[in-house]
Amino acid sequence: MQYGDVMKKVAIIGVGCSKFGVRNDVNVAELAFEAFKPSVEDAGITPKEIEFVAVGSTGAGAWYEELLPAVVSAEYCGLTGAGLIRCEAACASGSAAFSTAYWAVASGQVEIAAALGIEKMREIDTPTMMEWIGRAGYYLWEFHNFGLTFPAYYALYATAHMAKYGTTEEDLALVAVKNHKYASMNPIAHLQNRIIVDDVLSSMVIAAPLKLFDCCPVSDGAASVILASEDKVKELKVDTPVWVAGVGFASGTANMSKRLDYVGLEASVQASQKAYKMAKITPDQLDVAVVHDCFTIAEIMAYEDIGLCEKGEGAKLLREGQTEIGGKIPVNVDGGLKAKGHPIGTTGCAMIYELTKQLREEAIEKSRQVPMKNYIALAHNVGGTGHYCYVTILRR
Amino acid sequence: MATMPSIKSREIKIVQDIPISKTLQFWESLKQGKVLATKCKRCGKLYFPPVADCSECLASDMEWVELSDEATIETFTHVVVRPTTFQPEKPYTVAIGRLKEGVRVLAWLTGFKLSEVKVGMKAKLVAKITPEGKPIYEFIRPE
Ligand SMILES: [Zn+2]
Repeated sequence: MQYGDVMKKVAIIGVGCSKFGVRNDVNVAELAFEAFKPSVEDAGITPKEIEFVAVGSTGAGAWYEELLPAVVSAEYCGLTGAGLIRCEAACASGSAAFSTAYWAVASGQVEIAAALGIEKMREIDTPTMMEWIGRAGYYLWEFHNFGLTFPAYYALYATAHMAKYGTTEEDLALVAVKNHKYASMNPIAHLQNRIIVDDVLSSMVIAAPLKLFDCCPVSDGAASVILASEDKVKELKVDTPVWVAGVGFASGTANMSKRLDYVGLEASVQASQKAYKMAKITPDQLDVAVVHDCFTIAEIMAYEDIGLCEKGEGAKLLREGQTEIGGKIPVNVDGGLKAKGHPIGTTGCAMIYELTKQLREEAIEKSRQVPMKNYIALAHNVGGTGHYCYVTILRR
Repeated sequence: MATMPSIKSREIKIVQDIPISKTLQFWESLKQGKVLATKCKRCGKLYFPPVADCSECLASDMEWVELSDEATIETFTHVVVRPTTFQPEKPYTVAIGRLKEGVRVLAWLTGFKLSEVKVGMKAKLVAKITPEGKPIYEFIRPE
C-alpha cells in the first residue's frame, strides 16, 4: 500500500479569508466570523451541517485574551455542538488544523469538517510580541539567557546560506520586492505598498543580516476552509471541488544547536517529499505554490527544500523571475506572509484559501491569476524555525 | 490607523519556577568556569545542552563530561531589535559554534567587532558569572 492510500477522497468546498492587518476594530471571535461566514456561503451549507472543527491559533491567552479561542469562536459562528479542537504547531497551526479537519473527513468519521485559522497579534506592544515569539523555540536553553528573536532565528540561517552559496542581501531583497508587488494587487493584504530593492537594503537592521523589509509584518487575520467527503460533494452538487491530493508533515529539533546545518529546513524537505509521494506528483507538475516566507531567506530556502530547484540555486531561480507569474513556478502571488501578512495560526488556512481561489481560476484580481496547466498547487507552511512543517498539495 | 475603542484586560505578572535539579551540576559548574555536557553511559551519545535522559536509547544513566573550549563558528546573527526582557542590554551577537566533540553550542559571542565575525572562524567557549551574579557561558576571542 502507498503512503496515504487508505484515505477517502476529501474536497475543499468553501473558503473565506478576512482582511489582514491591524484589526483593532474586532475581537478574536468577530474576526473569525469574517472568515467563516463567506466560507459557508461559498460551500452552500449552514454551520449546523459542520460536524467537526479544528482551529489553528497560537497566541491564546498570551497575545490575545481568550485562552480557548476555539470555543469562543465556535459559539460566535454557530458551531457549538460540533467536535472541537485547537491545534498548535506555531506558525503552522493553520495547516495543523487543516490536516486535522482533513483526517476527520478522510477517515470516514465525518462528512463535513471545517478548519479555522484565527490570530490576533496586535493587542500587545511590539517588544512583548518579540519576547513571546522569541520564546517559541527552546525557552530554557536558547531564549532565557540569549534573547533570540524570531527574526534572529532565521538570521542564523541567512548568515549560513549567504556564506555557503553566495546568496546576497540583494537576493533577499528581491523576495520582498516580488511579494510586495503581488500584495499590491491583493485587497486583503496587510502591506499593499510597492517597494524597490533599495527600500529593503536601507531599512533598519532587525537581526543582521535581516532588515525590517526582510520581515513579515505582525498581523491580525482569520481564514476558514470547509472540507467535505466525495459523497457530500455529489449531494451538494459542488461546481468546482478542489481535492486534497497530498498532505505531508515533519518536525525539527527545538534547539537550533541540534540542527544538521543552517542552509535549509530538514522538516521542509521531509514534509514535501511525503506530500509529493501521497499526491503521486513531482515538483515540475505544480502550477502555483505558496511557501512560508516569514522572512525573505525563508522563501529562498523553501524553493530549495521543496524541490523547485537544486540546493543553493534558490536565489538564481528568483533572479531569473521564475517564481513570478509567467515564470516556471509562480510563488506567493497573494503577497506571501511577507506582505499579505502573517497572523501566525491563520497562515496555513489562508494559504489553502489562496490556492483554492487560484485553482478555481477565480482570483478576484485577474492580474494575479496564475495560468493553470495541470491544476495542481502546493502550500508549504513552517512552524517556528523549521520546528514543524506541513505541506499540502491540492488538485482541481 | 486611528485608535479603536478598547478595554484593558486584567493585568497579570507571569514568572515560572523552572526546575533544574536534574541539571544542577551544569549550572553549579559554570561558577567554577567549566562548561559540562552529559554522556549516556549505555549508548555513549554526548548531549549539549545537558540532559538527564537519553533520547537515543531511553536510558537515564548519564555521566558529566567537561567540554573542550575550542569552537568553530557555524553561523551567527546580531540582534538589534530586542525583546522586552532584553531591552536593558545593548545589541548582542548570538552564534552557534561546533566543538571538536561534535556537539554545538548556541551562546552570545563577545569581544569581536561585528565586521570581524565570519562563518568558519574560531572562538573560545568560556563559563562566567554575569555582573548580576548569574552563571552563563559564551564565546569569546581565542588567545
Ligand atoms: Zn543512550
